[in-house]
Amino acid sequence: MANRHLLSTADLSVDDANLILDTAEELARVADRAIKKLPTLRGRTVVNLFFEDSTRTRISFETAAKRLSADVINFSAKGSSVSKGESLKDTALTLEAMGADAVVVRHWASGGAYRLANAGWIRSSVVNAGDGTHEHPTQALLDAFTLRRRLGSVAGRRIAIVGDVLHSRVARSNVHLLATLGAEVTLVAPPTLLPLGVDGWPCAHSYDLDPVLPKCDAVMMLRVQRERMSQAFFPTEREYSRRYGLHAARMAMLPEHAVVMHPGPMNRGLEISAEVADSVRSTITEQVANGVSVRMAVLYLLLGGAESAIGNDEKGSAR
Amino acid sequence: MTIQSGARSSGLNPTAARAVLDAPAIDRALTRIAHEILERTGGGEDVLLLGIPTRGEILGRRLGALISKFEGRDVPVGSLDVTMYRDDLRMKPARALGKTEIPRVGIDGRLVILVDDVLFSGRTVRAALDALNDLGRPRAIQLAVLVDRGHRELPIRADYVGKNLPTSLREAVEVHLQETDGRESVLLGVKGE
Amino acid sequence: MSADNSGYDYVIKGARVLGGEPGGVYVSGGVFVESAPQGARVIDGDGCVVLPGLVDLHTHLREPGREDAETVLTGTRAAAAGGFTAVHAMANTDPVADTAGVVEQVWRLGREAGYCDVRPVGAVTVGLKGERLAELGAMADSAARVRVFSDDGHCVSDAALMRRALEYVKAFGGVVAQHAQEPRLTEGAQMNEGELSGVLGLQGWPSVAEEAIIARDVLLAAHTDSRLHVCHLSTAGSVEIVRWAKSRGYPVTAEVTPHHLLLTEDLIKGYDPVYKVNPPLRSASDVEAVRAGLADGTIDVVATDHAPHPVEAKDCEWAVAAMGMLGLETALSVVQRTMVETGLLDWAGVADRMSVRPARIGGLAEHGRLFEAGAAANLVLVDPQASRVIEPKGLQSLSRNTPFAGMKLPGAVVATLLHGSATVLDGKVVER
Repeated sequence: MANRHLLSTADLSVDDANLILDTAEELARVADRAIKKLPTLRGRTVVNLFFEDSTRTRISFETAAKRLSADVINFSAKGSSVSKGESLKDTALTLEAMGADAVVVRHWASGGAYRLANAGWIRSSVVNAGDGTHEHPTQALLDAFTLRRRLGSVAGRRIAIVGDVLHSRVARSNVHLLATLGAEVTLVAPPTLLPLGVDGWPCAHSYDLDPVLPKCDAVMMLRVQRERMSQAFFPTEREYSRRYGLHAARMAMLPEHAVVMHPGPMNRGLEISAEVADSVRSTITEQVANGVSVRMAVLYLLLGGAESAIGNDEKGSAR
Repeated sequence: MTIQSGARSSGLNPTAARAVLDAPAIDRALTRIAHEILERTGGGEDVLLLGIPTRGEILGRRLGALISKFEGRDVPVGSLDVTMYRDDLRMKPARALGKTEIPRVGIDGRLVILVDDVLFSGRTVRAALDALNDLGRPRAIQLAVLVDRGHRELPIRADYVGKNLPTSLREAVEVHLQETDGRESVLLGVKGE
Repeated sequence: MSADNSGYDYVIKGARVLGGEPGGVYVSGGVFVESAPQGARVIDGDGCVVLPGLVDLHTHLREPGREDAETVLTGTRAAAAGGFTAVHAMANTDPVADTAGVVEQVWRLGREAGYCDVRPVGAVTVGLKGERLAELGAMADSAARVRVFSDDGHCVSDAALMRRALEYVKAFGGVVAQHAQEPRLTEGAQMNEGELSGVLGLQGWPSVAEEAIIARDVLLAAHTDSRLHVCHLSTAGSVEIVRWAKSRGYPVTAEVTPHHLLLTEDLIKGYDPVYKVNPPLRSASDVEAVRAGLADGTIDVVATDHAPHPVEAKDCEWAVAAMGMLGLETALSVVQRTMVETGLLDWAGVADRMSVRPARIGGLAEHGRLFEAGAAANLVLVDPQASRVIEPKGLQSLSRNTPFAGMKLPGAVVATLLHGSATVLDGKVVER
């Protein structure tokens, strides 16, 4: 049964994941051409429905859609929030009436993308661009793509994900996807920032960063919000940075080939020092470029054919 | 993942298929095409070969090697996947992409020779022409195919043909190459169940 | 217009009384009588079970203030359809039922509707703010004769205030019903805290936030020698605490909702807000523990916590959806499925948990009576062999937020008599 939507990396089989990454690999070359366009989604409409500000992700999806010749509409909304914008349902019905083929949605509520996809309001494909603290599947895909390019492979690699896991949709999506692709993931955070039940996740976890670093092929730093301090998740920024920040001394503990990743935006000086962010090990700027290729692949695979190519159980016949 | 083979059918009825080209015949055809290219281009100086994946790319590399052997000159060889330019995308689930590798020298001002295994409706070549259009501006574009089976749906013709093979629409042509299929032959038969 | 005592007399023929032997039940002049009255209407109870009319200790009738979700009329019709003859209407209306004026209004609306005895619950604190006591005495003395007091929707979290409330209500035989939820541990909470909440990215509502308050309150009840009633108990730990308190003789009673007897948090995987409720749906082991607690009497009562919400309050993202589920019309069926069909409770036990004990806790002399001659004739006749698929549009309630939509549940109410007058006959609500 083809999957019309991309809501969570937990829904992707290893074949689906590799299909997306392989397709992204081919589409990445478009960025090097003079004419950065393919006609494939001509006549299709992709709506960027953002209930949360995010210029970077929105521009990335917009670029991806436009490179495939799709029409792009940007819709900034509030949803059924306290400030009483139009309800999620009414916004969805408007988009359906406008004939959107795909809706890329970022929502501040966990499950926002699920409701949009499954409540029966719209028929278009839904791509989750981040829902609350739940999932951000295209981020995990571009992270895996970056890892594959930098390290040559993902399977068997050891990846540490460091920071506010409890509130991170990037962490959740990455844990699912990296486990599916055969990597060994270790989450590192203070106990207050790890969710209850993390023992059941397909990864290890540790409260201590230093012993984990020398064995890593990649370290993924998560953004830590300063507001968490007032909610007693950690006592001071200084203590957080000292115990869990990636500064130059810690970077030196990494193996030669290891890379440093960050989904952005960064708190330079809190979870990552400026020196580390700007070092050659850092993949932070590549991640941005790779985001466009991966999002092009996702849009193509969901919309390019008669039906989605993701979640398809049919076996391919050799060309 | 669903990989579609374009205008090709999915499997011949084995009892009714016959080989129209065997390994030596394929080899001779490619040799002749290589010589024809050299003859018509006066030595192949600004030639660039682009094979259409999967088997067109293999044939393109073989032609490149033959030209190199005969003329003593290396001709740039690459591949051009045309999936994103196909006009029949909406008829099946989205397909996996083949590899596109354009040689470093680029296609601007060159004589680009597209290479494919079977020329049928001409739609694949039409897609290749659109793809080339977005990649640059060749001086000229020519087409080399191993088999031309007729039934064109667009005004497209091949410049170099390995074998002209009149077929009926009920029939299918299958090309097998060592690198992808473990043997060398071109089969003609009725479409399988 | 009170229950029409000058109406028909009834003979309920052939029903199994309290699920036991078939026998005749006779009603005349609004009370049970020893033998079949002349000219009585006959209700055929063959294959059915006859129970005392059900008493709900925990219902939200929403009027005054939220008549878009439910009114006293529609809510009591739903109650009658579910076999209830008395409901306690919670105080979180708008305005809050924290004065004699509001509780008398609700009581009067119940009498006018005539489908069910409505006993208003009085708020413990003014405006449910948890700061100062409401005029509990005035509400007790009013025509509504309030005996159950609750800030339900909110927890009386201030220990000193809870102590005072427990002490104060002793003067008029009242009981404080606590919604146990430590506010600081549940800020922004959306679902049970556990492995699933971590995966779904929804803020967790930990069991300890319920258990810690119950633990404190049972000790306060003992200390003040005053009755405590625990609302919608939902966790295994809570059951154990109440069991311990009762073993020490502390004056504690507890209730469980039908949805906590049947549904678990796994239903939340699809983010459908129909499953959003407070306290949240818990784990399978919690469901098992509350069933066992209800079976052995640690949990005294099944109370519906019937919480109607308008469509738009549930047709949205999980985070902004209202908390609450309908319950009156499906309660008996759910109890049959989870307790009777599993052999945990027989029909006499159902009568005890859904009529006798709640009537006793609420101080309702005319309900929970086991067919003794002269007692008010409040009864429900149910056919356990029937079954129905729950259809939201087919409910008496004004709202549609039932978590059992599409489920096939056993049992159907055939008739409900309120003070000897039929509110439901032949499975249909009688129009007044």
